[in-house]
Amino acid sequence: MRLPSVYSVITPELQRKHSRTARFLGIIAATIYAASAYLPWAYGREALDNMSYLGGPSPLQFMGLGLAVVHIIALTGSWFASRIARVRGATKLLHRFAWNKAAHAGAWGMFIYILVIIIAISVELGGVVNVEYGAWIALAAAAIAVVGSWFLPFNTKHSLYKVPPVPILEILTITALLAGALLAVAYALNQQDGGVFVVLITHFAVMIVTTIRSGVGEWLRIASQRHRNVLVFAAFVTAYVFPFTQNGSDQNMSIATEVLTFAATAIGLNIVVGLAGLLDLGYIAFLGAGAFTGAVLSESAFATFIGWKPPFIVTMLIAGLIAAILGLIIGSPTLRVSGDYLAIVTLAFGEIFQISMSNLDGTSGPDVVRGANGIPAIPDLNLFGFDFGQPHVILGVPLGRFSNYFFLLLLLMAFIILVFTRLNQSRIGRGWVAIREDEKAAEAMGVNVFGLKLLAFAGGAFLAGLAGAVKAHVDVSVTPAQYIFLESAFLLAAVVLGGMGTVLGVIVGATLLKLMPEKLRFVAEYRMLFFGALMVLMMRFRPEGLIASQRRQLEFHEDDEELAEEVDSELPYEFAEGKSA
Amino acid sequence: MTTSVMTTESSSAEATEVLLEATQVTMRFGGLVAVDSVDLTVHRGEIMGLIGPNGAGKTTFFNCLTGLYQPTSGEVRFLGKVLPPKPRHVVKAGMARTFQNIRLFPNMTALENVMVGRYCRTSAGAFTAILRGPKFHREEKATRERAAELLAYVGLGDVANNLARNLPYGDQRRLEIARALATDPQLLLLDEPTAGMNPQETKETEELIFRIRDSGLAIVVIEHDMRFIFNLCDRVLCLVRGKALIEGTAAEVQSDPRVIEAYIGTPDADPVVDMEDPAPVDDEMATASGAEPGVTSHAVLEMDAGPFDGHADDHRKDGV
Repeated sequence: MRLPSVYSVITPELQRKHSRTARFLGIIAATIYAASAYLPWAYGREALDNMSYLGGPSPLQFMGLGLAVVHIIALTGSWFASRIARVRGATKLLHRFAWNKAAHAGAWGMFIYILVIIIAISVELGGVVNVEYGAWIALAAAAIAVVGSWFLPFNTKHSLYKVPPVPILEILTITALLAGALLAVAYALNQQDGGVFVVLITHFAVMIVTTIRSGVGEWLRIASQRHRNVLVFAAFVTAYVFPFTQNGSDQNMSIATEVLTFAATAIGLNIVVGLAGLLDLGYIAFLGAGAFTGAVLSESAFATFIGWKPPFIVTMLIAGLIAAILGLIIGSPTLRVSGDYLAIVTLAFGEIFQISMSNLDGTSGPDVVRGANGIPAIPDLNLFGFDFGQPHVILGVPLGRFSNYFFLLLLLMAFIILVFTRLNQSRIGRGWVAIREDEKAAEAMGVNVFGLKLLAFAGGAFLAGLAGAVKAHVDVSVTPAQYIFLESAFLLAAVVLGGMGTVLGVIVGATLLKLMPEKLRFVAEYRMLFFGALMVLMMRFRPEGLIASQRRQLEFHEDDEELAEEVDSELPYEFAEGKSA
Repeated sequence: MTTSVMTTESSSAEATEVLLEATQVTMRFGGLVAVDSVDLTVHRGEIMGLIGPNGAGKTTFFNCLTGLYQPTSGEVRFLGKVLPPKPRHVVKAGMARTFQNIRLFPNMTALENVMVGRYCRTSAGAFTAILRGPKFHREEKATRERAAELLAYVGLGDVANNLARNLPYGDQRRLEIARALATDPQLLLLDEPTAGMNPQETKETEELIFRIRDSGLAIVVIEHDMRFIFNLCDRVLCLVRGKALIEGTAAEVQSDPRVIEAYIGTPDADPVVDMEDPAPVDDEMATASGAEPGVTSHAVLEMDAGPFDGHADDHRKDGV
């Protein structure tokens, strides 16, 4: 099923005929769009970041200007590429970009960006009447640019990724991008206004999509595969630097620790869902098992069940093992069913866990976790003399309690990512793919189907258990009500939204799902409705998730021969299995 | 081609050694007896043909041999040991198969497909995979090399990095054979290896099967293409309605009037094989396409090109 496309009206002949006019039109529209940044967009100064001045663009208006510049660059590139024959050197490079695709994405980006701004102004000031003429001019210009981009021939294929590698350039780009990402995230998080936050996110998304469409994205992907170690190292350095951008404020860091815990758990779930292809709707129980173990073995005055208080490293291991054992217990009888049936059984398991914990209160059962009250007052960790409860000053920057836990969670995250990728790129990972693709055939080829499923289940549970033990200390108290079905659903949503089978996808998905309610109060109120709608849209338009593994993408598009051919033509670089050390 | 498919003691193999011995294998699905007291003995280094009209129970019999089905009664012995009814134990014991409707892993490359076949002959577990010690790298390298070698052996060396689903039909069938060979089998069971192939591809497959046999493996092959069967097989077993009709050399079976009758029917109103016989119930590995009219209209036992050429597209659809 496909939506009717404008290209049923605008035929290739029309495109060929009018492409020059279209380019010209687009450049003029983008220029007007850029100029409109100097006009007032909003009537009141309270809206967004004060767009009411004539002649003085606000930061967000400047970003709009930036989008217009990108569009002009794409159109100019398209024009040059159409005029200059493919020869050598620079001109050959010119032909390696998909300029028209980038221009198309850029035009839509301009349109969406101004549209979001207009909506934000209307919402914040109470009515469309508060939108000033500058914004309407920008909207009209963007609409013209979109129409113009329809007349550009779409058939340009990028081949930037085939450029012979220039290691220095690639590494520099990766580093610069990560630094840029760090600054962007820090800037976006420090915005108190929900509208500004949404507009910023829109801007980033639009920029990223345009870049990907031009062919740079593919180049970058392959470059980062080639320099995987550099990328991973740089990414962790970047993440470690993040608390230093917060000037000692713990507000964003508390969100960040929450995001990290959530993302780490979701990556564990991604082993089960994304790699082994098993639907688990009760995964939160394993996080809960870890958290309760951590709480019971902590030095909280309320944790009276066991007198033994082992060091935290030991506690963490025990928490992971208990979760893994639970995984085995629930897995060994139920993994014989598959698909929807398995989902129902795991859902029930999640409920059983939560209800059991509520009943371990001394009246219905033994007093292990004080029932629904849970275990409060879990003291902060103290590892090797480093007190996680106290602020520390490092390099002149004060770092609060949540920054300390952020560092610890990053280490945990690194470990979980390591487990995830290494399992994926091994004999076991191949077995999982085979099971996903055709379970019977895998079995008939000697793959231990049941054993591998059980391994995914127990392994995922173990990782969640580790995360749970840390979470108990971050949250200070652990109660059964924290580990309800809804949380399982959110974890699964993070995996589905972000991308099955990839680490980056899940991090993006988890970040979006956790950050949105924190930054946007209206989303927090209607978050169920919002996420539900988001899931429906994802299932319709991109079932494999935002950043999916190529193989998962293929699996979700079984009939898409074009996609398969495309992947095939790039294959030596794809599925970097075995190539990455 | 100098590559040897056998990695184990192929030289010491005696031609008379019994590899597989199935006695009185019976498989019932409710009231339907799909396979009825069939005996089969396969010796090392021989090619055994399994023929019979549609719905005769050939694929069901295969599934009984390879552990996908547990026979209702009867016994399957491989190298003298009774096989456990678990496909992966059967594979490990040295018996590998291909499928009637191709069951590759479509979104894996050709090379990766064959590497999956190595699963049962490798042992790196979760900890090895996470720690990445020297054992891991050694085994991964060996797996990759062996898979590449096998791809070259079946003639797919230059498409190793293509997705299985993008391969042409004939290549997909050969890839299935390579994947089965990757499990280091001593007995290879091929379920219609030339279905839907053109004469050229059929000829190549025939040569491939000979080469595999010459390297010391035994082969059991289900086929409809009679010329193929009689060129290839040392012995042929004909199944009709789940029962073994006749077993003998290709020439004996070919000239047996009962076989001809089973395929084409008799002139009178009471044919031996009712072509409206339902396809085997719940035969999940086969999805046999029911009674194909081609079987009756073509003179199957004549030595023309295979009678199923016209149905190539049907198989293609099933297979992918």
